[in-house]
Amino acid sequence: MIKDKITIKIKRQDTPQLKPRWETFVLKYRPGMNVITCLMDIRKNPRTVDGIKTTPVKWEQNCLEEVCGSCTMVINGKVEQACSALVDHLEDPITIEPMTKFPLVCDLVVDRSRMFEALKQVKAWIPIDGTYDLGPGPKIYPEEQQDMYAFSKCMTCGCCLEACPQINSHSPFIGAAAIGQVKLFNAHPTGHENAGERLEALMTSGGAQDCGNAQNCVEVCPHKIPLTTSIAEINRQITRKLFGLFKK
Amino acid sequence: MSDVPINKKVIIVGGGLAGLMATIKLAEAGFHIDLFSIVPVKRSHSACAQGGINASVNTKGEGDSAEIHFQETIHGGDYLANQTMVKGMCEKAPGYIDMLDRMGVPFNRTSEGFIDFRRFGGTKFHRTAFAGTTTGQQLLYALDEQVRRFEVEGKVTKYEGWEFLSAVIDEGNVCRGITAMNLTRMEVASFRAGAVILATGGCGMIFGRSTNSTSCTGSAAGAVYQQGVWYANGEFIQVHPTAIPGEDKNRLMSESIRGDGGRVWTYKDGKPWYFLEEWYPNYGNLVPRDIATRAIFKVCRELKLGVDGKDMVYLDVSHLDKKVLEERLKGVLEIYEKFVGADPRKIPMKVFPSVHYTMGGIYIDQKHMTNVPGLLAAGEADYQYHGANRLGANSLLSCFYGGELSAKTAGEYLKAKEKEAPAAAASRAFDAEAKRQREINEKFLNARGKENPFILWEELGNVMTENVTVVRFNDKLKKAEEKIIELEARFKDINVSDMTTWTNQPLVFARELGNMLVLARVITRGALLRDESRGAHYKPDFPNRNDEKFLKTTVAQYTPDGPKIWYEDVDTSLIKPKARVY
Repeated sequence: MIKDKITIKIKRQDTPQLKPRWETFVLKYRPGMNVITCLMDIRKNPRTVDGIKTTPVKWEQNCLEEVCGSCTMVINGKVEQACSALVDHLEDPITIEPMTKFPLVCDLVVDRSRMFEALKQVKAWIPIDGTYDLGPGPKIYPEEQQDMYAFSKCMTCGCCLEACPQINSHSPFIGAAAIGQVKLFNAHPTGHENAGERLEALMTSGGAQDCGNAQNCVEVCPHKIPLTTSIAEINRQITRKLFGLFKK
Repeated sequence: MSDVPINKKVIIVGGGLAGLMATIKLAEAGFHIDLFSIVPVKRSHSACAQGGINASVNTKGEGDSAEIHFQETIHGGDYLANQTMVKGMCEKAPGYIDMLDRMGVPFNRTSEGFIDFRRFGGTKFHRTAFAGTTTGQQLLYALDEQVRRFEVEGKVTKYEGWEFLSAVIDEGNVCRGITAMNLTRMEVASFRAGAVILATGGCGMIFGRSTNSTSCTGSAAGAVYQQGVWYANGEFIQVHPTAIPGEDKNRLMSESIRGDGGRVWTYKDGKPWYFLEEWYPNYGNLVPRDIATRAIFKVCRELKLGVDGKDMVYLDVSHLDKKVLEERLKGVLEIYEKFVGADPRKIPMKVFPSVHYTMGGIYIDQKHMTNVPGLLAAGEADYQYHGANRLGANSLLSCFYGGELSAKTAGEYLKAKEKEAPAAAASRAFDAEAKRQREINEKFLNARGKENPFILWEELGNVMTENVTVVRFNDKLKKAEEKIIELEARFKDINVSDMTTWTNQPLVFARELGNMLVLARVITRGALLRDESRGAHYKPDFPNRNDEKFLKTTVAQYTPDGPKIWYEDVDTSLIKPKARVY
């Protein structure tokens, strides 16, 4: 059956203090639509299915090709980027909700700054001596590069935190994304310089040992980053460090 | 960081590659940076660059050199780029690859562990370093990480989720800071600094659908243009030959696909016709972008030979080695698969040209200063380096060079001003400017007109894409100009449909749209007046390049009646212009 209309139900909330509400919109179907197209249609004519005028829905977006991580939301119960959520692959009606593991700002907009704070906490950078002409970096073989690239694609989008049962209001767990970055930087010859400090940041409460091994993170990661592998690897590094076997 | 003296403080607007490079260089030089960005800087548009970054390293014994890179960039840009600056950029390029390598960018490697290089358009050399299929993302992350390190050290203060509104320019025409708006609380505030660098990217959103991110509105450039900052070469907009048309945006299919052997074709007389290879035997599928784009337009529009009679041609990788597809092109092919739902390894991709890059931009001198002292620009936001057409994989490079050079100039400017007492006029200028910006917000919030800003934007995008992109005619350009003026009038009757003072995105968009309309006038007028064909600017009625009249930079200055335009000589001190044949 060729559909000509789609129904979108959106969970809306004007401010963090106000109560959420649901609004339903009916849109004209066109081939190739994604959830962003739906949201763009709504803001051009913000009227619910009952014909009631409402405000345009608020959401975050930028690249619309799944490399920036902005437009993460919960679509039909699954956390993903709205730009790559094709209407043809979604059951009607489509429900759209904000992520629940981050402070809500407005409608589908949430505050993911805890993820960027986590990157500070684990020193997710290579400690270079400056940007002056100091020649090339260390030699790296193709297999190592492929391994690093897999983790270096992390967009800090929040899917892995949203899906993780260990992330909740009474748990300080840092989440899979930051642990993946520790794996990345500890594997780099220069990054290895402060590998120990990164591990220490993950040995406190909320660190790597708080992972409950539900493995949801790796399921929902849009770039299929082997997040559970990195958690296991970091736990091994921590164990070695505890026994004084980890150099650095 | 209010305790930092003003002459030790620089504001950088935009956290893409150019803004972050400038941030790092200034932080290293001992300055404090206030870094403003609409999105968390890690989500900037630089992430979208797929193919790579150019540097002539000659690691494959082909005889490549910075001098050849320089010549090809100038030739590729149809001689409109200022040559001394381009030469400097090409000479610095290999050093940036080293720097990024040290920062941990996972560049693809040769089997011996050296950085690998691939081919790109407009050259026959393997000159392009790449990191998987998301080179821009990887370079952006590397700089983002270094800036985070400076942030922890207290040298950088980030203002993420803030939108630039205007420069604060005092009575002596000196830039003293900016005003900006918090995108959640909608509060307007002014910020002081000794110098301001705008690294706010291109303006693809003016064309509605493009390969650009939604933040690439050109709003900041449009805002300062209305404050008296000049805008140059507005008419030079790059239309990339291969993108997937979409309703929300067009998605780029990287030039690297052709660099690694992908072929463009359509059916003619029932057989595949590789028209680029037939028309340009020397460069084949790797002719520069403006030329490939015009060829595809000719095939689809003039010869009516598009796939299924539509505006589409094939981009084919189905003949390529599995290893190449897997190791070098996997990511881009996945984008196609994800957004189109067909496997490009088996079925050729269907593509069409899309607006992609803003060659023109804020007018800067050879040191990146605008015509307003204290205000600088870098990256896609400025107009240097690419002339009338940008070569693939030169954009990332120009971000590093422009970022570094603007940082150096800002530092020198502040050093020279060290003994100067802060102008009393500055303080008055701050209050007045913040007040003016708050009043603009009030006006939008109280407007009860009938025009929806998103619908106006759609109309703007349609008229610009139809008339001011690949093939340009003066009568159509005039009509486009009339339409923009009509949209400007309707813009006054706007209704943002939202009166809230919390995350009011329609209000923000309306403000951006106002600036987009103004820049659209600059782009269209520039195109109308330039009666020649050069690089991306092509007029069938004036098919030849006219160096005598138009080997000039177009400079536009705002007036309430539309842009005032004049022409300035181009620096051609190093290479004599010759016919551009591929």
